[in-house]
Amino acid sequence: MKRNSGKSWLSVPYIVWMLLFSIIPLCIVIYYAFTDSLTGEFTFSNITGILDYATIFLRSIWLSVAATIICLIIGYPVAYTIARCKPRTQRMLQMLVMLPMCMSFLLRTLAWVALLEDTGIINNIITSLGLQPLPLIRNSGAVILGMVYNYLPYMILPLYTVISKINPRLIEAAEDLGCSKAKTFTKVILPLSVPGIISGITMVFVPAVSTFYISQKLGSTGTVMVGDIIESQFKGAYNPNLGAAMSLILMILIFICIGITNRVAGDEEEVMMP
Amino acid sequence: MIRSKLFCIPAATLLAAAEVSASAAFSYMPVQAAQTSLNVYNWGQYISDGTDGYIDVIAEFEAAYPDIKVNYMTFDSNETMYTKLKTDPAAFDLIIPSDYMIEKLARENMLAELDFDNIPNFEYVDEAFRHPAFDPENKYSVPYTWGCVGIIYNSRYVNEDDVTGWELLWNPTYAGKILMFDNPRDAFAVAELELGYSLNTEDPEILQAATQKLIEQKNLVQSYVMDQIFDKLERGEAWIGPYYAGDYLTMVEENEDLEFLFPEEGFNLFIDSCCIPKQAQHKKEAELFINFLLDPAVCGQNLEYLGYSVPETAAKEFMDPEVTESEIAYPDDETLSHGEAFKALTDQGNQLMNELWLTVKTSDDVLGRYIIITVAAIILCIGLWLFFKVRKRIIKARRGTYK
Repeated sequence: MKRNSGKSWLSVPYIVWMLLFSIIPLCIVIYYAFTDSLTGEFTFSNITGILDYATIFLRSIWLSVAATIICLIIGYPVAYTIARCKPRTQRMLQMLVMLPMCMSFLLRTLAWVALLEDTGIINNIITSLGLQPLPLIRNSGAVILGMVYNYLPYMILPLYTVISKINPRLIEAAEDLGCSKAKTFTKVILPLSVPGIISGITMVFVPAVSTFYISQKLGSTGTVMVGDIIESQFKGAYNPNLGAAMSLILMILIFICIGITNRVAGDEEEVMMP
Repeated sequence: MIRSKLFCIPAATLLAAAEVSASAAFSYMPVQAAQTSLNVYNWGQYISDGTDGYIDVIAEFEAAYPDIKVNYMTFDSNETMYTKLKTDPAAFDLIIPSDYMIEKLARENMLAELDFDNIPNFEYVDEAFRHPAFDPENKYSVPYTWGCVGIIYNSRYVNEDDVTGWELLWNPTYAGKILMFDNPRDAFAVAELELGYSLNTEDPEILQAATQKLIEQKNLVQSYVMDQIFDKLERGEAWIGPYYAGDYLTMVEENEDLEFLFPEEGFNLFIDSCCIPKQAQHKKEAELFINFLLDPAVCGQNLEYLGYSVPETAAKEFMDPEVTESEIAYPDDETLSHGEAFKALTDQGNQLMNELWLTVKTSDDVLGRYIIITVAAIILCIGLWLFFKVRKRIIKARRGTYK
């Protein structure tokens, strides 16, 4: 502790940044969440009013959990493969993973709309073959697809970083001691990549659960998510109080979800400690 | 009404350019001021911007007044505009909201009184559009356009027998191909008219009934849209949607199959007017801009492009006769008699409508499914957690035995 105190001023810019752009706005959110939109008096009605929208919260969590799991299932093998390549190839593949992120997120989602629509590219090909168009867009599946597509790099990159840092000698040692390939994976590689899995899950789940654009473009009138409602409260309906209350509840729910993940994974890490 | 773009572009360009530059050069004296920026906040796709050979209003204005730089921004509903203005009252110098919103803004003392000495072109405005109900003393607003809301439908897919009125938007035959307004005021108006009520009602029971009507419609609706409707109807992604007559005239140029209906149950008749917010930083420049918009040559060219109806007869001589004779832009008195203008609701009325609109948007008939899924997910989480806990104990115990 003492050793670091001389350099503590280095963290001042970040603390100021946090104070200005995270803590103070958070206080404003809390203030709005507990005041009435017309009279400005203290009230719990915004928070209790949220119960009416419980289904929206459940739907958001369910859709983003599904997207996170799919991201993990697709992302892990990719990250593992990249980490096992030659350094030159690794750099190139890493660039390829990040390539879609260079384009605007809105544009990428709109591109999916153009592909999946009833009169979109895929259905045009299908109908030109004389078949009936498929209902590709405006369902939960399309929303999950959009989220997976947009957030997959956030899963692959932390996984790749952690997996590539695993000391190859540990793997050799496991093999020397008679572990099969599958055993080496489950006993050595998988437990060692848990920190990557946790940060991957967090980095996908948090933006996914609060997303608002993807569900508007790819979802139906029945797949509205919390983000959409919060956006509409601030943008059109001019009821920032309800919007703030929803943001607050969403934040708490996100913390709970992250807590569960850390709890499950934390136990695993402890097991690995020698 | 179909305007062939290929033929009319060169002629229109030349005419417009000649007329506007002539009127701009002779009738306006540039103001003496350092370069000021004029913040204009208008509806999306609501000014002629030089495409298809029509006048570029902003560029022409900047050419006439080199000291003024127009900073143009757009909104997609009156409510969005209101929220923005409320958050930052000095952000805009000129806004173009609709009738009921002007009434609301005036009531909340958010509008500046216009100085008509700076707007001599107000003389061209028709008597019928002066002293409107939302601004009886004509202190705050100068009309920009007017028009009607009706149903736009694709005659290739929609059976003419089904086109009877607003109930077309509830016809299950076209499930998934119907669009709906994405703002409470316009959406409730449609439901209220379909149920046979006034679109200005604040009666909670009627609003509840309209809410039920909208929820009933929700499963048939492809999406709730504003200006995305252009793209969706033009390409045939959707077939039916309520929107503004002026925009129909723009859309039909892209897709000839589109038709317009004035529903007999009634429809919204609106006027969009230029206003200056109370805390505007550049009021004088904003008035010059309003004056410029009212110039018959500018107004005629601008609105010919927009397809909306002009509030000044003098502008019509600068327009294609095909447009001014269109029965959709200028319906006869009999049709117009079915129209009803929005009035500003009380704050309580607005709040109730916003809440009910949220109910519509969030209503869900598959609640049970989500409950099951969530419970399953929670059980899975707890199960995993227990599994790891138990395993940890076993491993610890084993380690103990090895020691």
